[in-house]
Amino acid sequence: MTLSIEDLEGIARIEKDKRESFTYQINVCVAAGCLSCQSGVLKEAFEKEVSRRGWENWCSVKGVGCLGLCAAGPLISIQPDGTYYRGVGAPDVSEILESLGGAPIPRLDCASSRPFFEQQPKIVLENSGRIDPERIEDYIAEDGYKALYNALRMMRPSEVIEQVLASGLRGRGGAGFPTGVKWTAVAKASNGNKFVVCNADEGDPGAFMDRSILESDPHRVIEGMAVAAYAVGANTGFIYVRAEYPLAVQRVRTAISQARHLGVLGNNVFNSQFSFDINVRLGAGAFVCGEETALIASIEGRGGRPRPRPPFPAEFGLWGQPTLINNVETFANIPPIIRKGGKWFATIGTEKSKGTKVFALAGRVNNTGLIEVPMGTTLREIVFQIGGGIPGDRAFKAVQTGGPSGGCIPEQFLDMAVDYESLASVGSIMGSGGLIVMDDTSCMVDVAHFFMEFCMSESCGKCVPCRVGTSQIYHLLNRITKGEGKLSDLDMLEDLSDLLKNTSLCGLGQTAPNPIMSTLRYFRDEYVAHIEEKRCPAEACKIHEAREAV
Amino acid sequence: MKEPTSLTGKKLGNDANPARIFTMTIDNRLLTAREDETVLSVARQNGIYIPTLCHMEGLSLRGACRLCIVDVKGAPRVLPSCVTLARQDMEVVTNSDRVIEYRRKILELIFSERNHVCSVCVSNGHCDLQALATELGMTHVRYDYLYPKQLVDASHPRFSVDHNRCVLCMRCVRVCDEIEGAHTWDIMGRGITSRVITDLNQPWGSSETCTGCGKCVQVCPTGALSEKGKSVAEMTKRRQFLPYLQMMRGEGRK
Repeated sequence: MTLSIEDLEGIARIEKDKRESFTYQINVCVAAGCLSCQSGVLKEAFEKEVSRRGWENWCSVKGVGCLGLCAAGPLISIQPDGTYYRGVGAPDVSEILESLGGAPIPRLDCASSRPFFEQQPKIVLENSGRIDPERIEDYIAEDGYKALYNALRMMRPSEVIEQVLASGLRGRGGAGFPTGVKWTAVAKASNGNKFVVCNADEGDPGAFMDRSILESDPHRVIEGMAVAAYAVGANTGFIYVRAEYPLAVQRVRTAISQARHLGVLGNNVFNSQFSFDINVRLGAGAFVCGEETALIASIEGRGGRPRPRPPFPAEFGLWGQPTLINNVETFANIPPIIRKGGKWFATIGTEKSKGTKVFALAGRVNNTGLIEVPMGTTLREIVFQIGGGIPGDRAFKAVQTGGPSGGCIPEQFLDMAVDYESLASVGSIMGSGGLIVMDDTSCMVDVAHFFMEFCMSESCGKCVPCRVGTSQIYHLLNRITKGEGKLSDLDMLEDLSDLLKNTSLCGLGQTAPNPIMSTLRYFRDEYVAHIEEKRCPAEACKIHEAREAV
Repeated sequence: MKEPTSLTGKKLGNDANPARIFTMTIDNRLLTAREDETVLSVARQNGIYIPTLCHMEGLSLRGACRLCIVDVKGAPRVLPSCVTLARQDMEVVTNSDRVIEYRRKILELIFSERNHVCSVCVSNGHCDLQALATELGMTHVRYDYLYPKQLVDASHPRFSVDHNRCVLCMRCVRVCDEIEGAHTWDIMGRGITSRVITDLNQPWGSSETCTGCGKCVQVCPTGALSEKGKSVAEMTKRRQFLPYLQMMRGEGRK
């Protein structure tokens, strides 16, 4: 049996009719953040209460993907009212059901976080919090797999790539390489068995965009990969996802088996000549496996260590075959680009960075969670409007982007429009999208120390500058945070940072000094205070305790 | 350990696909190169010195020690010459100030990493690392020595491994896998805690895969792997077998 467009539209119609038969929909977030605060129990409580009252015919209870405001879980949204409730527990169920149709319950309402929900024009997360991630029908009702149909039946592979090129989409894994260009490289590679790999080995501390996309809308990634496979001429795909994301793994596996069952994965998809299947590979928790050549080694069953490039994976990838590797978020952008056209996508964002970016907003900010904003949004809007400012109205100090490969951006750049170039110009990177806000209680030396400890323990140990250099930098920073540093240590830090940046083998070592270099650039006085006055201005480092212990 | 054997990823030298010949300059000298040759091999053919540590003729390419870095015009950062292919009109500088400075710093990092004490080392006088320090003019180490606690495994009847001297070049791992075919050696751990191991971290003496051929000892650049019962003066490494074995295997494949 092959799937036809009529079948697809039939599924969508049935699903939509079913949705419209409900007057109210209660959407309970069942992504990992809310599940960890018992949203699963909450969903069951809603279901029981609705059926006890006999409201099943006009009130639906649905588990949905991430609603964004992760710190305030468990979250629910009530449609069509558009009310969001935070911190909901099983005892609140009756009260919420009673209030349907009336005024929202002020105690639970997210009214103060309105800008958080309203200022995000969503593309990647358009279905997150709206569809049930474990049902393919729900995705199809939102135009799911239409892009794949359009690509397979109405476009040549080169036309698909043209749309991606026209969209100006750049890799969302962090480096920002133009996606369309990467696709042309793999498409041009002449030899046989090509592969498409989805990099879901998200390892930055504090970042959870990819996890959330896979948990909330896994079919979107599968569809993006299938379109990519058609465009470059691949027949096999791999999703390399960290084993630390059990829920994402489970949902991706469910989604793949549903897609196979329906016929959007497998042989002769949509009655075309295109055949494609996806395998899941689990990463064992090495940060460096997010680097594409290390990821390839890991899928092949070897140790996850990078190799020098060139040859690039587009030429010599998995088992020596041409391989396309994109990040989860990059693939998630593909279906809307194919559906609505590359030109539409290119109208969003800045001149060189198109579309939107998903950020994991964390740290000292009121609305911690997952946000999606157009490229070119200023940091001030992100932190103070969407993020709702800093708890206790403390003073803003810096925002850290790009995780251990990124840098700290001080207050004077708050009005900077965020895109790949602007972040690079102030010594940070876009990275995969971690965004950590720091206030005056955060010590910048401590921040640098933390990230360098991370890089040191995650360095694969292959090349000397990264293996020994990160360790040396860590020891210098360790000394400074204990109040035992010397002023000459700062020169040594800069010196080693330059060495790592220029001579390391892969991106991990080349970008590992970024947190040091940016904090040295903007917060040198804090380093000097640690060294000369033996005090930590933010009182985060335990210099006094260390000295008393001696 | 299946790294790309040819950096271009294709077979060369048949009539349908003749190898292309380029001209390039290294240190302002006009030279020729075949398309599958690396900058390092072109330089060596012409007597231009580039220091190397992890590289070894006859073993797969690794590009990890970063001592063979060179400046290439137009490249965003310095490139390791052992894994950089020659290109038409490439302009390479092997001894620019920054390259020399970087090399020395990297060498000092290697010395700071473990306990390289030449005076009590069996390889004193014929050690690649020691020779590099002399050649690069290293007079002191500007970084703090890390002084890690490392073990010595002398359980093998004929050889011993002293992790204090290991620079993690992986020559032993590669020669054992690629030439001897035993794959007794591998690396465990990661980052600064990486360590070469035999047979899933069993003592070398109880290894079931080790053939006792001693190739790993011969390729080891330092005193990490040594033969038992040899004095400092005797502990020279004999590596002539490598190019010979490689060549004979190449002949056999034809």
